[in-house]
Amino acid sequence: MSYINPQFRHPCSNTNEIGCTRKDYEGVISTLCAGCGHDSITAAVVQACFELSIKPHTVAKISGIGCSSKTPAYFLSQSHGFNSVHGRMPSIATGANLANRDMIYLGISGDGDTASIGIGQFVHIARRNLNMLYMVENNGCYGLTKGQDSATADVGSAAKGGIPNEFAPVDLVSMALDLGASFVARGFSGDKEQLVPLIKAGLSHKGFAFLDIISPCVTFNNTPGSTKSYAHMREHMEMTGKVDFVPEEAEIKVDYKPGEMTDITLHDGAHIRLNKLGDDYDPQNRRGALAAEEKAKEKGEILTGLLFVDPESHDLHDVLGTTTKHPLRNLDEKTLCPGAKALEAINETSR
Amino acid sequence: MKPLKTTNEFVIRFANVNGTGSWSANLLFARTAFRMGIPVSPKNIFPSNIQGLPTWYEIRVSEKGYLGQRSNDVDIMVAMNPQSMAADTKTVVSGGYLIYDNTKRLGSHLKRDDINYIGLPLTEMCLREYEDPKLRLLFKNIIYIGALAALTDLDFEVLKNLISDQFKGKERLIKPNIGALELGYNYAKEHFDCPLGIRVKATNKTDNKILIDGNSALALGALYGGASVVGWYPITPSTSVVDSFKKYAARLRTCETTGEKNYAVLQAEDELAAMGMVLGASWMGARAFTATSGPGVSLMSEFLGLSYFAEIPAVLFDIQRSGPSTGMPTRTQQSDIISCAYASHGDTKHVLLIPSRPKECFDMSADAFDLSDQLQTAIIVMSDLDLGMNDNVSEPLEWDDKREYKRGKVLSEDDLEKMTERFGRYLDKDGDGIGTRTLPGTHPSKGSFFTRGSSHNAYAAYTENSDDYVECMKRLERKWETAKTLVPKPEIKRKEDGATSGVIYYGTSDYATQEALDLLEQEGHSFDAMRLRAFPFNKDVEEFLAAHETLYVIEQNRDAQMRTLLMKECETDPAKLVPVLGYSGRPITAQEIREQIEDHLNIKKKKAA
Repeated sequence: MSYINPQFRHPCSNTNEIGCTRKDYEGVISTLCAGCGHDSITAAVVQACFELSIKPHTVAKISGIGCSSKTPAYFLSQSHGFNSVHGRMPSIATGANLANRDMIYLGISGDGDTASIGIGQFVHIARRNLNMLYMVENNGCYGLTKGQDSATADVGSAAKGGIPNEFAPVDLVSMALDLGASFVARGFSGDKEQLVPLIKAGLSHKGFAFLDIISPCVTFNNTPGSTKSYAHMREHMEMTGKVDFVPEEAEIKVDYKPGEMTDITLHDGAHIRLNKLGDDYDPQNRRGALAAEEKAKEKGEILTGLLFVDPESHDLHDVLGTTTKHPLRNLDEKTLCPGAKALEAINETSR
Repeated sequence: MKPLKTTNEFVIRFANVNGTGSWSANLLFARTAFRMGIPVSPKNIFPSNIQGLPTWYEIRVSEKGYLGQRSNDVDIMVAMNPQSMAADTKTVVSGGYLIYDNTKRLGSHLKRDDINYIGLPLTEMCLREYEDPKLRLLFKNIIYIGALAALTDLDFEVLKNLISDQFKGKERLIKPNIGALELGYNYAKEHFDCPLGIRVKATNKTDNKILIDGNSALALGALYGGASVVGWYPITPSTSVVDSFKKYAARLRTCETTGEKNYAVLQAEDELAAMGMVLGASWMGARAFTATSGPGVSLMSEFLGLSYFAEIPAVLFDIQRSGPSTGMPTRTQQSDIISCAYASHGDTKHVLLIPSRPKECFDMSADAFDLSDQLQTAIIVMSDLDLGMNDNVSEPLEWDDKREYKRGKVLSEDDLEKMTERFGRYLDKDGDGIGTRTLPGTHPSKGSFFTRGSSHNAYAAYTENSDDYVECMKRLERKWETAKTLVPKPEIKRKEDGATSGVIYYGTSDYATQEALDLLEQEGHSFDAMRLRAFPFNKDVEEFLAAHETLYVIEQNRDAQMRTLLMKECETDPAKLVPVLGYSGRPITAQEIREQIEDHLNIKKKKAA
């Protein structure tokens, strides 16, 4: 682990459409263990935001508590961040989003944060289809308290302590699908090629985008007996297809044969392109996605890629009928306060 | 037996079955008296139940303005619930009246020879007049109100106008309701010598006043105070705060052309999430609130600690009910004082505002948003079931159109653009303990920071450095001192010649205390009085404590919680703070207060002798 963040950048380093370099998307130096999967995810977030030419200050990054929840400090230092309370990131994100629908919301959580202490809030944010990208950095254990099993640990999986887990795991992907999340995907911290387009698609999706990322804990759960180790993932990873994210203006360069690819247009005109591998996978079929996830689990495989997307879903603001003119937090006093006259009328009806 | 004779000073209680529509009928009696110019305090004493259990509705009519609960005794009992009738009969004062349905003969065990019985054949009349069983049930209530109008000399025109007002927009309901009133009215006129000794006489004591429940007033205060995000979880007796906010916002905060809402109300999965939503929204820069009661405060404590330490505004309305645990959900108390003042672990304390009347609910609610932004911390408004869910006589609500929201120290994009030094979120530049906030998304390259509940330095960076930590905790103390200068002062009434003893009270103990003080005065005991309106206590409170030898602290909980706060925060000698308590779940009465003070005075006298 290095303790100095090098400031030097190659003078010819690439800039994106808004003139930012990759460095503009970085944060303070990570304090996680060397080789931690979470640091790879941080790098993928940096790359995704750079490539999407997102203005860093338009992002709100929100997390709970745990190793994963520390990572928002390691990217997008020009964004406001909120490291909240254990398991409560969803409610903070919900309130922030209600106050300002124009920001990009990036929530970072872990398997302890989401599948145990915060499972109630996770369930409800998914069913409300809050417009955000919710990422779980899933390592199957509690890193900060030294390696206890988490609720996503598979039956029989053994972390550093060597005792196999006996309890049925919480499958967050199945839950998100069942609860009506409008975008559900799984990635692997060790596969950046797949992860970056998934993050880009999730950030561009309007509605609740859930991204479960298997992210090995090198210190406590990268053991031969663990199903969340690098080795296990590499051996058992299965993909729904090769995912690509195509911005709105990019022309489609590669010709695919019919039936080989699915092109899904998101609300802002961008595309998610799924280059099919093997089975005829339809990422717009929720029931099919659930079945594919179940099938993979039966076979001991870990299904990755884009599992489901509904690009036409209604987000929470659509349902509530919130004003589209201004974010609520920007409303002026004239709009907010009904004034003395209206109050006199209310007094009159109370006599 | 001499029938009771009294004008404009009496208590009438209605005993009904929950869920039979009695509440709105009984309210007619209260509102008619109110419109006739006599102060009233209707209290709904209801079970935690939707249908079937006994419920009571009590109205104290008092031209003198004594609007606290008098005692458990009543002058007129309208006994409509056979289930509770035996007990109800016992509560009638000697010479008082029992009004009952005489379709069935009254059981001999209900006979007392010191009270007057007025039988109305209500069931019989309803069976005769109405086909629909549901209407029979509903109109039974209206019929007895009509009869009471004749018996107590309510102005029948006022009563009829109320019906017309109540059913505005549903005109077809007006005629049958007035018909039912007349049925009762005429029956009473024909069969009894109307009016009785207990009667209502028009006067002018409610001129310009309004009759409104505290929860509606809080909701209006929030609407006027600019709240635009509400996260909440249903819990009695706070639910109607949010219901009212939604009702008024739908009318007053919705774009007339597009129908789009300039507010968002979201029912959360629990109180944890409700408070999380409030903090998220406030962090983003909207004004946000939630409403709850004791059990919700327990769950919100986690986030209240975050609000304190990360310095995020939040407004919480705590409508207190009887605890501990689930307690008596539909009965009142002031028992969350300590749990709110020190909610959450670690060295944490919170600003409390304590209203007594609806007007004060409105003012304190709107002010809470200013205070919360100025102090960058949670403000808890401590109401209770008695104030929140009952209609209370109040001064009219007022708003000054020139008033501007005080948003506290928030840097705009321009401020940040001009800024040359490094931004430090928790730097105490002004010495008042309050740093400068920036809102997410304000400036492309300046002012971003990381909000966290873990220890942070003046630049919001994570730290485990003891000096940084201690400096932060000391600064929060300085902010607490600043809070003392901003919160409302106590209301102090001193005797001209200066009494050596005083009473301290707050919230809904107000009316009962006033009445008790008058009664004690008649017996030759006079006291200075201080009504607390906020925590932390400011200098006025300290001075009042220092200026008196004995102080009776009147409150509605078992453990004398405010007394504890006074002892701890003002370092007052506990021996001079005498607890005066009422925690039955019913509002504290003047009688309870007077008796406890008298007992203490007698003990003192004995000791002296």
